[in-house]
Amino acid sequence: MNPFIEQLLGQWNYYLVIVLMMIGFYGVIARGNMVKKIVGLNIFQTSVFMLYISMGKVAQGTAPILTGDPTTVYSNPLPHVLILTAIVVGVSTTAVGYALIIRIHESFGTIEDDDIIAQLDDEEDVS
Amino acid sequence: MMQHLPVLQVLLPLLAAPFAALLRGRDLAWGVAFITTGAAFLISIALFLEQRALGTTLVYEMGNWAAPIGIVYVIDAASALVLPVISGIGFVATLAARQLVAAEIDARDHALFYAAWLLTIAGMLGQVTTGDAFNIFVFLEISSLSAYALVAMGSGRDRRALPAAFNYLILGTVGATFYVIGLGLLYMLTGTLNLVDLAERLPQVEETRAAFTAMAFIALGLFLKMALFPLHFWLVPAYAHAPSAVTALMASTATKVSVYVLIRLIFGVFGVEFPGLADAVGLLVLTLGIAGAFVGTLAAIVETDLKKLFAQSSIAQLGYMAIGIGAMSATGLAAAFLHLFNHALMKGALFLAIGMIAAQAGRATMGTIQGAGKQIPITMTAILFGGLALIGVPLTAGFISKLYLIRALLEQDFWLLAGLTFLSSALALAYVWKIIEAAWLQPRPKGAPKLHETASQYIPAWIMVIATLGFGIYATPLVQAAFAAAHVFIPSVAGAN
Repeated sequence: MNPFIEQLLGQWNYYLVIVLMMIGFYGVIARGNMVKKIVGLNIFQTSVFMLYISMGKVAQGTAPILTGDPTTVYSNPLPHVLILTAIVVGVSTTAVGYALIIRIHESFGTIEDDDIIAQLDDEEDVS
Repeated sequence: MMQHLPVLQVLLPLLAAPFAALLRGRDLAWGVAFITTGAAFLISIALFLEQRALGTTLVYEMGNWAAPIGIVYVIDAASALVLPVISGIGFVATLAARQLVAAEIDARDHALFYAAWLLTIAGMLGQVTTGDAFNIFVFLEISSLSAYALVAMGSGRDRRALPAAFNYLILGTVGATFYVIGLGLLYMLTGTLNLVDLAERLPQVEETRAAFTAMAFIALGLFLKMALFPLHFWLVPAYAHAPSAVTALMASTATKVSVYVLIRLIFGVFGVEFPGLADAVGLLVLTLGIAGAFVGTLAAIVETDLKKLFAQSSIAQLGYMAIGIGAMSATGLAAAFLHLFNHALMKGALFLAIGMIAAQAGRATMGTIQGAGKQIPITMTAILFGGLALIGVPLTAGFISKLYLIRALLEQDFWLLAGLTFLSSALALAYVWKIIEAAWLQPRPKGAPKLHETASQYIPAWIMVIATLGFGIYATPLVQAAFAAAHVFIPSVAGAN
């Protein structure tokens, strides 16, 4: 097989992660809607979770639960544990983000970046 | 008991936070915060003295699991120097917070405010103490998440705090995630997350592109967190619209901790010898640092809102720390540590004093302080001294750090950079003069509300001012400690410092 294609196939998980990461990052940067920003952020974070989880996989390895058989090959459980923590952090971030969005909607009546900036500019002119 | 101090330092505020959240009545929660931060401050002083006396690294093994399997807390010359800054400022800011929070935050939210306040302090102390790279991320998020909530609590008075907190959340999370990506790549290459272990194993893989990419992600994520120009746009609105007590705490500590983590990762893990580090990160940090120093100072000169003005000046001051890092030498790092320490004191003094004005007048602008020099002379004098220290006038702490910064640049024959550093420091005179002129040389406009000051209002700011002057006049112990901290990362060369 063509060595380039071979490399591509051998590292497909990383390419997937990069594509997902960029989709998420684009969402964070390009969207003015704050809920969409948070969704983008979630996709962005999820891509990192996948980076960690996929690197913990050992070829032919099983789930890291002790079988008692010394010849068993296990996948590396540590990245899973790390990502469990990172998922908790991600959920908390999302919760705080949505809580802020609710409060922003209450006081500005919109969750669009541009509208909020426009409202604030008007305020500056008045004061 | 003594050997548990490194972990108690972090655990105390962490455990006190839920306790404070349950307490009703504002003074109870404040009391818990006050006692806890006071205890944390005493512990960090004890740790600092012990580390200086022993001259070795104190290692605390969590649950008696030795590194690299377990997570260790490490007190070396660098963390011993940064810990008292954070807990000390946390303590003084808590002292001031009683009045500031009473004036600015709805009484119902006080218990939650102090819970978040303690959490953010615990997170920062944890980032400095831990010897595990992933643990740093966890503490980073603990301190950041509570900081977003704290900033948003400014919305009772100023609804702009909400979008400011939201943008801070988005950019802060992107920064932290970048850090985690870099860490993932490092873990993939080395199979460890312990900082010492990482530093040992990295040289075997240092030629790989993955190692370089990891460095780039980690550095970029931390640039965002430390608000290095041009990644600083979250900082000014977040500081300007947050409750005054939060501004004082965060401006003095939050970005400093990220500077510390950057130093720890870049020098402690990758090391100056790492291929591409000096060219890529070093040069980048130098360039962005000096650009930030000018952009921040110039933006501060045209600003009329005092909180925004000094937030912009923070961008400039972070630029100086970056220059110290970018010099890639022991003197440069020592200058960065010195400035980290001194700038925390100055900005603490300034924002505590400004906070007291803002709490009375609703906002602190050039108009608010016009002619205020006669009405609140003690508070305004604190601002004056803080401003002088920012410029780097001799006999203030700011002078010492600028002196070593310029020395570090001259050591490497960066004449142009040294000149630019000097010039941008001198430019800071413009915004400090603007304040002096407004406060003392202009009359108080007719009909302006009368400002007043009591001892409990200006004492917290003056504690910081006295520390700034004290470390400016008698700087030797601090300079020694800063060089000891720098030598953790760049071993001293015989014959030089």
